[in-house]
Amino acid sequence: MIAELGHFGLAIAIAFAIAQAILPLWGAHRGDARLMQSAPALAQGQAFALTVSFLCLIWVSVSDDFSVLNVAENSHTLKPLLYKITGAWGSHEGSILFWCLILAWCGAAVSLFGDNLPASLRARVIGVLALSACGFELFALLESDPFTRLWPPPENGQDMNPLLQDPGLAFHPPMLYAGYVGFAIPFAFAVAALLEGRMDAAWGRWVRPWTLGAWCCLTCGIALGSWWSYYVLGWGGFWFWDPVENASLLPWLTGTALLHCAIVVEKREALKIWTVLLAIGAFAFSLSGTFLVRSGILNSVHSFANDPARGVFILGLLALVIGGSLLLFMIRAPLLGASGVFAPVSREGALVLNNILLCSITAVVLTGTIYPLFADLLLHSKISVGPPFYAATVYPLAIPVFLAMAVGPLLSWKRTALLPALVKLWWVALVAVLVGIVCAFGMSALPALFMAAAAWMILGALADIIERIRLFRVPLATSVSRLIGLKLSTFGTTLGHAGLGITVAGIAGMSLATQEIVLVHPGQTVELAGYQWTLREMHDARGSNYNARVATISVMRDGHLITTLSPERRAFTTQQMTTTEAKIHTNLLRDLYAVLGEERDGAAVLRLHDNTMAPLIWLGALVMALGGLCSLLDRRLRVAVPKRAVAAMGVERA
Amino acid sequence: MNRRMLLAAPLGAAVLGGGAFYAMLRGLQSGKFDPRGVPSQLIDKPLPGFTLAGFGSADVLTAKRPVVINFFASWCVPCLDEAATLMALSRRGVPIWGIAYKDKALATANFLVRNGNPYQRVAHDDAGSVAIDWGVTGVPETYLIDAEGIVRWRFVGPLPDSALDGLSKLAGL
Repeated sequence: MIAELGHFGLAIAIAFAIAQAILPLWGAHRGDARLMQSAPALAQGQAFALTVSFLCLIWVSVSDDFSVLNVAENSHTLKPLLYKITGAWGSHEGSILFWCLILAWCGAAVSLFGDNLPASLRARVIGVLALSACGFELFALLESDPFTRLWPPPENGQDMNPLLQDPGLAFHPPMLYAGYVGFAIPFAFAVAALLEGRMDAAWGRWVRPWTLGAWCCLTCGIALGSWWSYYVLGWGGFWFWDPVENASLLPWLTGTALLHCAIVVEKREALKIWTVLLAIGAFAFSLSGTFLVRSGILNSVHSFANDPARGVFILGLLALVIGGSLLLFMIRAPLLGASGVFAPVSREGALVLNNILLCSITAVVLTGTIYPLFADLLLHSKISVGPPFYAATVYPLAIPVFLAMAVGPLLSWKRTALLPALVKLWWVALVAVLVGIVCAFGMSALPALFMAAAAWMILGALADIIERIRLFRVPLATSVSRLIGLKLSTFGTTLGHAGLGITVAGIAGMSLATQEIVLVHPGQTVELAGYQWTLREMHDARGSNYNARVATISVMRDGHLITTLSPERRAFTTQQMTTTEAKIHTNLLRDLYAVLGEERDGAAVLRLHDNTMAPLIWLGALVMALGGLCSLLDRRLRVAVPKRAVAAMGVERA
Repeated sequence: MNRRMLLAAPLGAAVLGGGAFYAMLRGLQSGKFDPRGVPSQLIDKPLPGFTLAGFGSADVLTAKRPVVINFFASWCVPCLDEAATLMALSRRGVPIWGIAYKDKALATANFLVRNGNPYQRVAHDDAGSVAIDWGVTGVPETYLIDAEGIVRWRFVGPLPDSALDGLSKLAGL
């Protein structure tokens, strides 16, 4: 009964979405205010119906209704409650429904917070969102219905892939999807601007917060995924340049470019056509990311859910959404008009450089991801593109990004001189070079260079704040009051840039990581990275749906007990799969990481890692997302008073 | 004109990419495109020599017509899945010769009685050594040998129904 309710909710949502796609767009085209007014209510109706539908899916999963195929295939009575809930978006069908749900929420969000938008723009944005929602909801209903019944119902379910039964992965898909789908809003704004044939500073101001929100979620989503692979897969690696990871990196790179580009539209009404293309591109990459993961085309550790037959349907959808918007772009983009002029050395110039470099990195990563597929298709040759390719191509492009990042925020708009900005950064450069030299003693050249770049980015980001509050040049009290007076978005920039610096420091620091695989008897001690690791004992333990073998390892340094780690090896009974549960002790600068392997004659194989600076990788991502949040909070206030801001801008430009 | 071309470039790239992915998906469905597969070293090479109880490489050569060789086992669940597809293939008149991999003769016979016997001839590779020579990664695995005894095609895993047309054509039917 509940499953049918969910199914019905999905169908109702499609009806709403179809109306929402047709009425407001037609109204905006004809200038009919009543039709345009229908948009918010329809968007909220669609979001409500889908929310009910998704809650029903969670309900059938939590209540172990194995007459629903999706639950029978992915759940089990013994599965912990948390994973019964998160399992709702863990399966293929559930994840597509979840995807639609977020898209519907995006439409509802625009309808709720978009009161200040011009009526026709709001109607068009909501209409375009509904157009893509229609497609994906139809896909959910026709091709991957999560509420399909199964007769006769099995006694128990088949349980979920044990690798996915992990708190980190429970929240990785929602964050990632919120990021992916969030880019639908800038996309809808871009398509709406093309339909209107008009785009101004206000457009940039409206698009930025949505882009920021999506970008924050995507940053967290990618970081969570990377963290999951770090501690669940037990390889101690954090990024493998796996096609699916790249598929999430592409929208992130384009989204980052879009974020910076929209500032130029907002402040200077320049780079409009380029910004529109980036907005379409970011969403296009999000869509193809989802598609590639599910189509079975990619050869990856991530292909948990795929099916080529469904791929054809999704490909058709993508052709409509991406192809249609790019066709519109081709026809209408010239209408968006000429842009404000600026000198090459200026804030705009720096942002253009940022865009060129980020897009080059995107192109390189895209090439590395799809080239093996194309080579297989056209040349029938098997090629594998791995980390060496990316090290050789991405790093050289990343270094200029890092260099420019500290300088850009110090430049002023329109026209400026480079030298004064560089002079302001003299101490940052000095420290960066010193860090580089010191690191060069302990590391190889590239990581040392990255450490220097990290110092440059972190301190460069702080230098921006220091410049603004004129620290040490005016009395301290004045500086503090200036600091309090700074806009939140300034801290947003600083945190965002410093966060990337922290991540880069973590990645460079990982080159110092050491690991050892040892066969030890209980009581035996091994020495690794200045720590004494002793295997105390091993015992059996039971979880709700698995049996575990647990080792107790004490880690000592200079006679002091640092920590006790208890890595596990879990045998999941239903899925007949063994997973390793790595245990990590962290002090935020170094991870002590232990994995329990096979046992032989009372001795156990242990894999011990000392991962220097590894936590910084994810800490940096968190700081980046916080920066985005800061900027978002600041912008929310400004979005709420658009009229005054528009007036102020007018004065500024006069 | 130049500007128009520039604005059309993203659409062009998307169309090319979309077309290629469509080709890949169709290839995946028909079994012609397999991005995960490791290519067999035997393709376009003569089949490796072997003699087993049932038939040997010499028998394949003297058949003087394309033959499908299928490695299977009674203990293999995917082979059970594949049984219906193989029956359909044999009904089309494609000669299928089976090699039972690491299997007891009695169990193989029972398996064929239970699920239908699509094979014209069955050989027994109890030691699994022939499978090693062929580079078989697991059962089921299917090869097409042409009339000259050259290996032309290989498929890892249970044959999908969508592969039937292509395979019949390759076998000259």
